[in-house]
Amino acid sequence: MVEHADDDATTEPILRVDDLEVRYQDVIVGLSGVSLEVARGSIVAILGANGAGKTTLLRAVTGLLPVHRAKITRGQIVLDGRRIDGQSSTAIVRAGIAQVMEGRRIFGELTVDENLRTGGFTVRDKAATAATHAKVMGWFPKIAERRGQRAGFFSGGEQQMVAIGRALMAQPRLLVLDEPSLGLAPMVVEQIRQIIVDINAEGTSVLLVEQNASMALSIAHRAVVLENGRVAREGSADELRNDEKIKDLYLGMGTAGRRSYRDAREHYKATNAAAAARAGAAQVGDA
Amino acid sequence: MDKFLNLLVAGTALGSIYALVALGFVVVFKSTGTINFAHGGFVLLGAYLTYNYSVTWDLPFIVAMLMAMATMAILAVILERLVLRKLVGQPAFTVIMVTLGLLILIQQVQQSIWSTEVLLDDPWGTDQWELGGVVITQVRFFTVLFAAIVVLGFFLFFRFSAWGVAMRAAAIDQEAALAQGISVARVFAISWAIAGVVAVVAGVMLGADSASVNSTLSFSALRAFPAMILGGLDSPLGAIVGGVVIGVTEVMTTGYIEPNAEWLGQGFHSVMPFVVMIAILVLKPTGLFGSRAVERV
Repeated sequence: MVEHADDDATTEPILRVDDLEVRYQDVIVGLSGVSLEVARGSIVAILGANGAGKTTLLRAVTGLLPVHRAKITRGQIVLDGRRIDGQSSTAIVRAGIAQVMEGRRIFGELTVDENLRTGGFTVRDKAATAATHAKVMGWFPKIAERRGQRAGFFSGGEQQMVAIGRALMAQPRLLVLDEPSLGLAPMVVEQIRQIIVDINAEGTSVLLVEQNASMALSIAHRAVVLENGRVAREGSADELRNDEKIKDLYLGMGTAGRRSYRDAREHYKATNAAAAARAGAAQVGDA
Repeated sequence: MDKFLNLLVAGTALGSIYALVALGFVVVFKSTGTINFAHGGFVLLGAYLTYNYSVTWDLPFIVAMLMAMATMAILAVILERLVLRKLVGQPAFTVIMVTLGLLILIQQVQQSIWSTEVLLDDPWGTDQWELGGVVITQVRFFTVLFAAIVVLGFFLFFRFSAWGVAMRAAAIDQEAALAQGISVARVFAISWAIAGVVAVVAGVMLGADSASVNSTLSFSALRAFPAMILGGLDSPLGAIVGGVVIGVTEVMTTGYIEPNAEWLGQGFHSVMPFVVMIAILVLKPTGLFGSRAVERV
């Protein structure tokens, strides 16, 4: 294990994924050569279509690959200067990564408080746990009112708040969220968006997987586009927001029908060429 | 009326033993999804270990029982680790056959160490009290008391302790539990250890109830199986209610049905619980309190 001096630690990203390859059942490649960084205190969004490898990347980071009979076959994952690839999910939560899973996955038969308790399972410090619990209750007054009730009967938005609160109970340095806006009403999505901004403002770094690219890009500092298990594009959120191809593919502003970033690139090459050809033809006509 | 009340007391005492045995089945099934037929062997071994520590080694009875609990807990965890962990993801049928194999193995081990039936030397005393025509023997009193203590401890653990909540979470959604940093491997180990501990109490009670500790104990324990099924495979509360229902059914059958219907033959009392079980499953396929339908194997 590498010890870092304090000045070094400030420049070291909180999470570094290096040339990662993941295989399912030793055969199917889920990720291939994926590298990315989450700078300390930042929000990084992962965009991509279904099957692009977003969830696989999160499973690799959070140690849940074995549940899906997958494993890391190349590369490394480093949290705060410490390698965590191949470690158990318990060790990874202890190291400082908590996650909000896709579909919320709260424990429906347990009460809100019990759900939060499972989230703080790895924290041994009782006083710290009580403080975090109070903070979560303050953030989510809606679920605080119903803390003794079974969480399974809550609305989608409230369940998402339970799920986020549960993850925060682990007192993470990096919070990983998988499609937190999925299946929620626009107003609730806006609430969730604001919550993520607030959590980040308190110093927690965020890795956000989203299909709702406009929401993700509106709060992220940087973004990575995954496609077929590879990084297809990477840049600051501003850059990606103004990228015609991204607009076309993920922001629903362009012509429909293209399924991949590469398709979009080809499409723009073709249309640009056609435009150039038209311009050329017009010049010829003028002459 | 006196006869009925006496039978009710006897039935409740027997039922609370069945409830303990069923609880052992349920705690393992709920967290690991395994129907562990070797549990009957745990009950058998638990009784013999207690005998070994208390009579052979001449230790105080309570100390002997605690030592037997510790031994069984360790043994159960080792079996889970060495055998059942390897079967995760295998068809239910395979796992059930393996646990049946373990049951036979445990029975053979018991036979080769203690070849005869043994007596626990009446650790509870042999007095009895009479309450308006109802006879309560000390054995039955302590049986119900001990069962109640174990059940109470069980519920307090699952309701309030960190591991108890974690185990309930893991039973609902294993992957989500893993995502919270809960070690599901340890959840499995703890549930097997609990089954081992509860089996010792059940074994000692069963030995006291049938007056001797002998090799048929594992079969008596399997008579608790309908209790677990009719209560619902994954419900501890169901195991307890089911256990008492089966115990009372059995004793009432001996008291009322068998003397009046000799054509049913002897031993119909051990068939009756299955009749009740089938009747309840026809009406409610998930059992009284269960959430999962019984698997067809």
